[in-house]
Amino acid sequence: MIFLRSLCLILVWALPAHAEMNIQSVTSKGGITAWLVQDSAIPFTALEIQFRGGTSLDAPGKRGAVNLMTALIEEGAGDLDAQGFAEARDGMAASLSFRPYQDSVSVSAKFLTEFQGPAIDLLHLALTKPRFDTDVVERVRGQVLAGLRADAKDPETLASDTFNRLAFGSHPYATTGDGTIDTVTALTRDDLVAAHQGALSRDRIYVAAAGDISPEELGALLDRLFDGLPATGAPLPGRVEWTLAKGITKVDFPTPQSVVIFGHGGLKRNDPDFFAAFVLNEVLGGGRFSARLMTEVREKRGLTYGISTGLAPMDHAEMMIGQFSSDNDKVADAIKVVQDEWQKTATEGITETELADTKTYLTGAYPLRFDGNEAIANILVGMQMEDLPIDYAINRNALVNAVTLDDVKRVAARILAPEALHFVVAGQPEGLPPTR
Amino acid sequence: MKTLRVVPFLLLAAAAPAVAQTVTDFELSNGLDVVVIEDHRAPVVTQMVWYRVGAADESPGHSGIAHFLEHLMFQGTEKIAAGQFSATVERQGGDDNAFTSWDYTGYFQRIAADRLDLMMEMEADRMRNLRLTEEDVVTEREVILAERSQVTDSSPGALLNEQMRAAMFLNHPYGIPIIGWRHEMEALSREDAFSVYRQFYAPNNATLIVAGDVDPATVRALADKHYGPLAPSDGIGPRIRPQEPPALAERRVNLKDARVSEPYVVRSYLAPTRSSGDQKEAAALTVLAELLGGSGTTSELARALQFDTQKAVYSSAYYDGTAIDYATFGVVVMPAPGVSLQEAEDAMDKVLADFIAKGPEAEAFARIKTQVRASQIYARDDVGSLAREYGAGLTVGLTIADIKSWPDALQAVTPEDVVAAAKTVLDRKASVTGWLMQAEEAGQ
Repeated sequence: MIFLRSLCLILVWALPAHAEMNIQSVTSKGGITAWLVQDSAIPFTALEIQFRGGTSLDAPGKRGAVNLMTALIEEGAGDLDAQGFAEARDGMAASLSFRPYQDSVSVSAKFLTEFQGPAIDLLHLALTKPRFDTDVVERVRGQVLAGLRADAKDPETLASDTFNRLAFGSHPYATTGDGTIDTVTALTRDDLVAAHQGALSRDRIYVAAAGDISPEELGALLDRLFDGLPATGAPLPGRVEWTLAKGITKVDFPTPQSVVIFGHGGLKRNDPDFFAAFVLNEVLGGGRFSARLMTEVREKRGLTYGISTGLAPMDHAEMMIGQFSSDNDKVADAIKVVQDEWQKTATEGITETELADTKTYLTGAYPLRFDGNEAIANILVGMQMEDLPIDYAINRNALVNAVTLDDVKRVAARILAPEALHFVVAGQPEGLPPTR
Repeated sequence: MKTLRVVPFLLLAAAAPAVAQTVTDFELSNGLDVVVIEDHRAPVVTQMVWYRVGAADESPGHSGIAHFLEHLMFQGTEKIAAGQFSATVERQGGDDNAFTSWDYTGYFQRIAADRLDLMMEMEADRMRNLRLTEEDVVTEREVILAERSQVTDSSPGALLNEQMRAAMFLNHPYGIPIIGWRHEMEALSREDAFSVYRQFYAPNNATLIVAGDVDPATVRALADKHYGPLAPSDGIGPRIRPQEPPALAERRVNLKDARVSEPYVVRSYLAPTRSSGDQKEAAALTVLAELLGGSGTTSELARALQFDTQKAVYSSAYYDGTAIDYATFGVVVMPAPGVSLQEAEDAMDKVLADFIAKGPEAEAFARIKTQVRASQIYARDDVGSLAREYGAGLTVGLTIADIKSWPDALQAVTPEDVVAAAKTVLDRKASVTGWLMQAEEAGQ
């Protein structure tokens, strides 16, 4: 076991590259587009696919359907049962993973060049012909239910679920996409088939590949891979506006350390102020040791092991959110420090030195992200999901460098809202005012 | 796939370092070992310094001091003001961090390749010139106590793991937690930290790994310039720790906690490590862990307990032989609702006994060999993880030849080797069985 000096918390930011990297756009005969970085140095390919929509597509009363469906995709497909599917996958040492998020279902595949054809056939089978055999559904449902029971005793999940419930009202974002014990127990095979048809459709596909594959091979593979999926998916939910007011909400849970989630509304990814806000967040709550919150709460006072904040521009809402843990007798002090720093930064903005240091960090760190096929494919699919242009990677550092001190000050006054900052505390905190 | 957040151990991948990357090594005259791993695909470099000191080298009563010192290494030196180490790395667009285990303490930066000079200057500087104020030490001690609260005390699974290790090792310091026991952590002092630092933080007790877009000649020149002038320590001896007596009695640990929602049973066996020049049994145990619990679908445990019967919602097996004195081999089963821990444990034991009687299936064995071969190819995509494999391996006494030949050792494992290793290691007398249990409601 290894203890790191710091924990990395949520990073809601996925992107860029160095200018020399050649990103190609490949469109198949059937009209599906993928971004590709071809590099034959290592004989394998990383393929990343996102279907926009995700668990937010759950039909009313069917919370957890997309999650359970996604868990079942590689548990038997076509003429292969769960054992047969796993044996076929492992026999060629391919890696396939299917993950549900609130705005997308993500598929990650990795296969050796020598197994490119059969790996794509197997993935195609999983995407288009999952079996949802009764015994398999019950087995995986049991795993999901076990996870939900564990979540009910996990302070981090309790805090996060409570925060979302307070913030998002009747929108799907208000509840976890995993569903509840009741909704998951009630899901039928028909519900899973409907979730599959609704969540994996051809009109919401984003694809990126990196590694040992040519544009021609990729183009041909795209049509094979998605052949048979429905043309259109289930309707997307509407927008939800931020209405949660300032306050502290306590969730009583017997544990020596409280988990705190805090935040308020944010801004859209395509907002003209986004980069100024991004720089601002780095200075205030970036997970790095020199960020203001890390310095004030951890380095100067020893009140936590780690604290960070992030901008979360989701598809149907935006927020700025942060997290930390503190012992029950220290959490009130830590919250006070966060409130004070929030107020100070909203009023005063950041310093010239902080701006300069943060720019050199962000622009220097950007190319480091593109350091492997898996990393590159991941970044490229994220760029498409965020509707960024294909040359974004080349221009991104210039966009960071263009941010001025006045921009940050203006955006600090605009988005940092001490008067709206809400804290959810799961634990047994001492000395906190009663829940408002 | 929705996974359980309470699962106590990660699955072991069919871990195998890649051999195709160019790996060069040399030693400076002051005893610093240097390894260069080249990967020129992106203009990035990772510098790691691994010290041959960890939690198992702490003096009695000072548990957690190796990890505490790791935190304090970010304070400052004569040249670098307190807190400016990480800030300087960040201003250069890099990230840095550090980690502590029982056998080593490591520090790393990941940064644009043309900034290596500065990184080496700073890392070499803090190898011998650390400065600490009493105030820094007191505040940082609060941070490690908060870390213990977050990582261990908030997790019943982590607490069970800690208790099980304490029960497993009757005499060897592997039984103390890396983070430290709280009552000893509270008393750790500036002088405690400095005494470890002065003795163990020196070029002749360290390995420098530089991985990424670099060439060995440049690394050598920079290492000579920055690390070359550092004086070696005269306090470095062989790493001899108290050894375990013969295991005569199995141990059982039941941990009850109100925060437990899904009880589970975990069995940990004392196991051999990879030894320099002899990795045969460790390779067989690595394959054994894969066969027993590597796949959530096709492994022996998954098939018997989750498919043929529905006794478990989760099962796994784990082994990592990269340690100096002892490793542990583990199996874990989380029973399905309505199945007791005793039934789960009995079913688990039956799987182990059946496996020893029948041996592995030929197809399953062949699949694992394919995965071992593929993992060498996939591993080349992540030079940072290669650097960690070399660092950990070299720090526990393996050689570069051992690390390079590990995939071959795995490929050479036969079904007979696996069964023989299982018979030797799966010995209840040298085991600890842990039950993570729900606490009864108060008053019952």
